[in-house]
Amino acid sequence: MDKKRRDFLKIAGASTLAGLGGTAVVDRLVSGTSPVQSKATKEVDSGHGGGHEAAAQGHAAGVEVAKSGNRFGMIVDLRKFKENPALGDIVVEACHGTHNVPDFSEKKDEIKWTWLTGYGGAFTEHSRLYKDQLTLDNDVLVMCNHCDNPPCVRACPTKATFKNKDGIVAMDYHRCIGCRFCMAACPYGMRSFNWRDPRAGLDMNKLNNEFPTRMRGVVEKCNFCAERVGLGKQPACVEACGDSKALIFGNLNDPESEIRKVLKANYTVQRKPSLGTHPSVFYIV
Amino acid sequence: MFEKALKGNNYYWVWLAFLGALMSIAAFCYVRQFNYGLGLTGMSRDVSWGLYISQFTFLVGVAAGGVMLVLPYYVHNYKVFGRITILGEFLAISALLMCLTFIVADLGQPLRMLNVIFYAQPRSMLFYDMIVLNGYLFLNILCGWVILTAERNGEHPPKWIYFFVYLSIPFAVSIHTVTAMLYCGLPGRHFWLSAIVAPRFLASAFAAGPALIVVIALILRRVANYDVGKEALNKMVTIIIYAAIINVFFVGLEFFVGYYSDIPGHKHTLQYLFFGLEHHGHMYNNLVPYMWGFVVLFIIGITLLSVPYTRNNKNDIWLGIGCASIFISFWLDKGVGFVLGGFVPTPLEEIVEYYPNVNEIFITIGVWAMGAFILTVLYKIAIDVEHEIEA
Repeated sequence: MDKKRRDFLKIAGASTLAGLGGTAVVDRLVSGTSPVQSKATKEVDSGHGGGHEAAAQGHAAGVEVAKSGNRFGMIVDLRKFKENPALGDIVVEACHGTHNVPDFSEKKDEIKWTWLTGYGGAFTEHSRLYKDQLTLDNDVLVMCNHCDNPPCVRACPTKATFKNKDGIVAMDYHRCIGCRFCMAACPYGMRSFNWRDPRAGLDMNKLNNEFPTRMRGVVEKCNFCAERVGLGKQPACVEACGDSKALIFGNLNDPESEIRKVLKANYTVQRKPSLGTHPSVFYIV
Repeated sequence: MFEKALKGNNYYWVWLAFLGALMSIAAFCYVRQFNYGLGLTGMSRDVSWGLYISQFTFLVGVAAGGVMLVLPYYVHNYKVFGRITILGEFLAISALLMCLTFIVADLGQPLRMLNVIFYAQPRSMLFYDMIVLNGYLFLNILCGWVILTAERNGEHPPKWIYFFVYLSIPFAVSIHTVTAMLYCGLPGRHFWLSAIVAPRFLASAFAAGPALIVVIALILRRVANYDVGKEALNKMVTIIIYAAIINVFFVGLEFFVGYYSDIPGHKHTLQYLFFGLEHHGHMYNNLVPYMWGFVVLFIIGITLLSVPYTRNNKNDIWLGIGCASIFISFWLDKGVGFVLGGFVPTPLEEIVEYYPNVNEIFITIGVWAMGAFILTVLYKIAIDVEHEIEA
């Protein structure tokens, strides 16, 4: 059993004991629904005030700590993406294939969960002056940051987007009314809307039957592969990176987790930290 | 009282038929949009709100503007506004119905709209907007109807109605404040993230709403033999001038903060709106003519209203043009520039410009026509009642 897998089982075991993510997994297995479909009201983060307090305490101690349970996060090691320029497209393809993300030729209809963008677009608060050309030329993988203090969740008028106890910001496609307030609220531009029937942009022979397609008129975005994580698997993008460690996924609340060790050993940055959203995606530039 | 709406001269029916035709076209276009999705608009993942939400935002202001009549008339017992206040109350009803229609037209899944109540999220500003918009609509229907009925019967309105009249005043302020909060509480949208958005919205509303009422009052004087009185018009013009200048002053403050602090995020949208923004060697400037239209029409309007010669011109033609200029000017500012400009640049500092689709434009025109239709019918009733009392 490799280390990644062991880490993962540890997390799953701990969360079962804590009665948080574990019960959710059992519920899902029993009811046979995918997490995005399940009416996850009981998983909705109701103690928002507590979250603020915890975040404030975290600030005082110089670290951000979520209140309890898991907080899944990701490290994007841009050095690895520089070494292997083909990797970015492989990752995007893996994600979009897994989640039946449609491919429309017209930019106006575009839907994307993760993609490559320029350094300046990804890190708008960072200076580009006199940086080495390789860094500037190398595209950056962006995805939903699964913020600990997500503005989209605050904006949503129907709780169709919500933060799980495990820190994943998820969507209920059956509740979304398509007002797109969350899209205006996301300071990272990570949300997409189904302007038309998404099946028109999908190859129906290549559908992943493990994950639902959406209907038109709802918002969607990266879900950190909640449906896979719930079953103890790694997110599809992480899996697509093989052993390269270009993407590292894990529990930010576990000081012994691989992700925390890598965070401790490397200098990392987040996107737009000044906005106080506390992103869970970290970058090694 | 509804029977009064069923009797009218030929002009009345031709006008209603014209509006009805525009509404039918819009209904047909909406069916197309409903079946295809919002892809039949010019919106995209980068400019995710378009004409519908910008019209909604502007019309909330038109609805709130009526309070500039209600407040002097009921709170300060300013009798001169006796014949014009009902115009403000009924304008609010029609504007609010347009607002709610624009919201529904903008929803990706309109059949699920009641989820806002079933799964109410008190942290969302949209939840409060729903409450105050519907509350203000209810208050205006109630107050307008009860007071008009009492007048018709030659009685004083019942005392209890004044509770709702006074309640409608903070509600009028709240509808536009909460609508501003939809925008100004979003992190990462620098142009919207400004504490002055709510006061600016109110100032623009208190100019645009009364300006429209003056234009309508002048038209009614011609076509319906209904004169609100010169003194009332003069007082309205005073209100419009102050509110309009305050609105433009607030816009100027935004310019100062952006350009003097020299913080790029605070400048970009203003730059884009008024001068065009260059990005990767391409100049993006499709809203520039609208914003200069806002400036020019404001100057024309404020001049026509301020100079005694044009303001007091005999047949009030310049007065009407002045008020129409202010109304259109502030529509360009808030009903076009504010909402669309806020999406430029995108959070990833790209620039995507928005061009509305024909289908979307026809729906927008149709919703305005629906508002005019409702307004015509309401005014027909109100004015016939007033004529009946006088007779």
